[in-house]
Amino acid sequence: MLGLNSHDLKMFIVIAILTLAAPILLNPFPDASALGESFNAGYPALMQRFVIFGILVIGFNLLFGLTGYLSFGHAAFLGIGSYAAVWMFKLLSYNIVPAILLSVIVAGLVSVVIGYVSLRRSGIYFSILTLAFAQMMYAIAYSDLLGRMFGITVTNGETGLQVYNDDPQILMSAGDPTVPHLFGITMNGSSTWNVGGWSFIFQNGYYLSAIFMIAAFYLSIRIFRSPFGLMLRAIKSNQTRMHYTGLNTKPYMLAAFVISGMYAGLAGGLLSAMDPLTGAERMFWTASGEIVVMSILGGVGTLIGPVLGAGLIKYLENIVSKINDGILHNWFAFMPDWLDNLLVTIIHPFIGKGWHLTLGLLFMAVVIFLPGGLVEGGQRIGRLFRRKKSTDAANGATKPAE
Amino acid sequence: MTKSNFTRRGLLKTSAVAGAGLAVPTIFTASSASAFTNEPTGDTVTFGFNVPQTGAYAEEGLDELRAQELALEHLNGMGDGGMLNTFSSKVLDGTGIMGKRVNMKTGDTQTKSDVARASAQSMIQKDGCIMINGGSSSGVAIAVQGLCQEAGVIFMAGLTHSNDTTGKDRKANGFRHFFNGYMSGAALGPVLEKAYGTERNAYHLTADYTWGWTQQESIQAVTEAMGWTTTQNVLTPVGAGDFSSYIAPILNSGADTLILNHYGGDMVNSLTQAVQFGLKDKQVNGKDFKIIVPLYSELMAKGAGSNIEGVYGSMNWNWQLGDEGTAAFVKSFGEKYGFPPSGAAHTCYVQTLLYADAVTRAGSFNPCAVVEALEDFEFDGMGNGPTLYRGSDHQCFKDVLVMEGVASPSGNAAMVGYDTLSIVEQTPRAQVEYPEDHPMFAGGSLGECNPGA
Repeated sequence: MLGLNSHDLKMFIVIAILTLAAPILLNPFPDASALGESFNAGYPALMQRFVIFGILVIGFNLLFGLTGYLSFGHAAFLGIGSYAAVWMFKLLSYNIVPAILLSVIVAGLVSVVIGYVSLRRSGIYFSILTLAFAQMMYAIAYSDLLGRMFGITVTNGETGLQVYNDDPQILMSAGDPTVPHLFGITMNGSSTWNVGGWSFIFQNGYYLSAIFMIAAFYLSIRIFRSPFGLMLRAIKSNQTRMHYTGLNTKPYMLAAFVISGMYAGLAGGLLSAMDPLTGAERMFWTASGEIVVMSILGGVGTLIGPVLGAGLIKYLENIVSKINDGILHNWFAFMPDWLDNLLVTIIHPFIGKGWHLTLGLLFMAVVIFLPGGLVEGGQRIGRLFRRKKSTDAANGATKPAE
Repeated sequence: MTKSNFTRRGLLKTSAVAGAGLAVPTIFTASSASAFTNEPTGDTVTFGFNVPQTGAYAEEGLDELRAQELALEHLNGMGDGGMLNTFSSKVLDGTGIMGKRVNMKTGDTQTKSDVARASAQSMIQKDGCIMINGGSSSGVAIAVQGLCQEAGVIFMAGLTHSNDTTGKDRKANGFRHFFNGYMSGAALGPVLEKAYGTERNAYHLTADYTWGWTQQESIQAVTEAMGWTTTQNVLTPVGAGDFSSYIAPILNSGADTLILNHYGGDMVNSLTQAVQFGLKDKQVNGKDFKIIVPLYSELMAKGAGSNIEGVYGSMNWNWQLGDEGTAAFVKSFGEKYGFPPSGAAHTCYVQTLLYADAVTRAGSFNPCAVVEALEDFEFDGMGNGPTLYRGSDHQCFKDVLVMEGVASPSGNAAMVGYDTLSIVEQTPRAQVEYPEDHPMFAGGSLGECNPGA
């Protein structure tokens, strides 16, 4: 079905269901409970980030996972997509269709240029070239060098680009919503389902991004299984051999780079469509690094890994960073005071502003013990259960490595 | 041929499904059921304190957080009540707000617009915050103010000194108690003229974002009006760390005055390096070289140590002021934390109380009612003397302080930064006022207040 084999189809359906049911699945604890206040992640702004960064890392994985070329400047395309979308809001109207189209196109065009230059080198030199380009773009956006050259505002520097009441918005008619919308469906509009101690929020913007992510995921499966995908893998395993057989690998590489850049542009456009403001920090090198970490954490070269990695990092960033000492004291309130204080002192460096430390430890653990990322962890657990059922099935079911 | 299998189980199943199906429209209540975003329904109400806890402005952010916690204590009737006793409006009685106990959620803005907005969104969507307060950077303040306008909650800005916050980026749901670049210029001008005369060449180093730009513009306008010339204005990235490459060229530029439009850790670094380069002991055109830091804070003074001696600057408020509101706040802050509050802490404390007071006077948490209660509100007893929240741009107007760095009179190392700034002049409010369509503030409009939902 859908041109997928049964294994991929199963995975695709699981992803689709998980994504669509996320507002419920991510709110496992009642809202008012202590656990719910700290660990529930089912609010629209965070779920949007889950799926949008999912799109970004799926795209990144098409390049890094298949060809092995590590782009260290992918955040630049995200930023360019965001700026393009906000400019469409400023010039045309709050309808997100032109904004998202333009963000994909502009990111695609820029990635053709950057890819053409950077792909002349491989390995570490490629990474450094992409990093250099991204930092150049960041500097241009941060100081609004383009704008200064022409005496206008292009990126609005550190303050960030946003939509003002006196912007042209030539396609805007009187009754239109003044927030991003899809032909009248506002992105921040939502329905709430109150049941028991829970209230689940179903937001239009989230579902739009979710549909985009499911489509992006589908496209990525098709690319993985296509002859084009096979060619990219061949480049990864031995590019020199490909050259000797008389094959020009350059167009394939460039195509992969541009597709990957367009994915990032789409993610940037969606970020702006959810929240019509963008700033240069989205393009900073740490943002690019975060994409690489997400990808490695989830499992490079696997289909589902990038989505998991993106989700985990965004979860830590938004949830663990919110836990403070007061909340810890609440949790441990039933313990004797000395134990309570001791535990809080031990946990203190890992929560709140220390969430980076938690992420770092987690990253080290994954890289050391699960080189294949979270996906490998899942596979190991899966094998553990399968082996219990029948010992011979485990051996028989293994496939060749490549 | 049809065959029907009516079983009791089947009937139950079918009716359960049908019932659930019919019930769906009733349980999917659109969020527009409540009158405004995050209408508090229980016996508590939640404020969101969104401050930088990491990054270049973290010190200010953490001090803001201390003051906000203190404000909640006073609102909920704990502690000595602080400024509630001196505040000219007497509707707050220490039983929370309209009988609701006040809770808080904190977030880390990291002084990044994206992160600050994500944090504010989580406060609004997940934690049900009715008001967002805090912040230590104008870029972030403007970004979060825009978000609060869209979401339909009130933004009580913390430390933001850019003209744009209540100028071209002003929003109906946003309010600023802190002063701004224009006011710094207006207050500093006469003092500088008296101290340094009318013939000087100023060299500006400016933080490259909205605050730096507008403060530089304001100071340049004031100094040029009294006869100074501007040699050069160099923009420096925020959080640069090392400013030596920007300071070296000053030595040969012919300038005799350096104006540092830097804040927080950046100002500490640039001022320290300027002193290390020997700028303070230099003579240019027969005049002593002078350094000016238009926006001062206690935490910057603390970081810069003795380097600030003889350096002029301005402040929104200082703990050494003699009025009884200041005394009450300094006392309760000092008793809780063991040191005096900074200006950033003061502005966040006052903003929290002003919001609570406006809600109580309006009798509603509805943002539009709060906006109405705050607009053109005259109050006193919060430091700085009689203060006006102007309705046309949501900017507070009050006295501004001109400060000078001095050697610590107490010699107490713990007091460096707090007693190494001395008040030179309390510039009266009339001198720093401006029309809301002043060219430096033009191009913005408040728009309509947005209750959300």
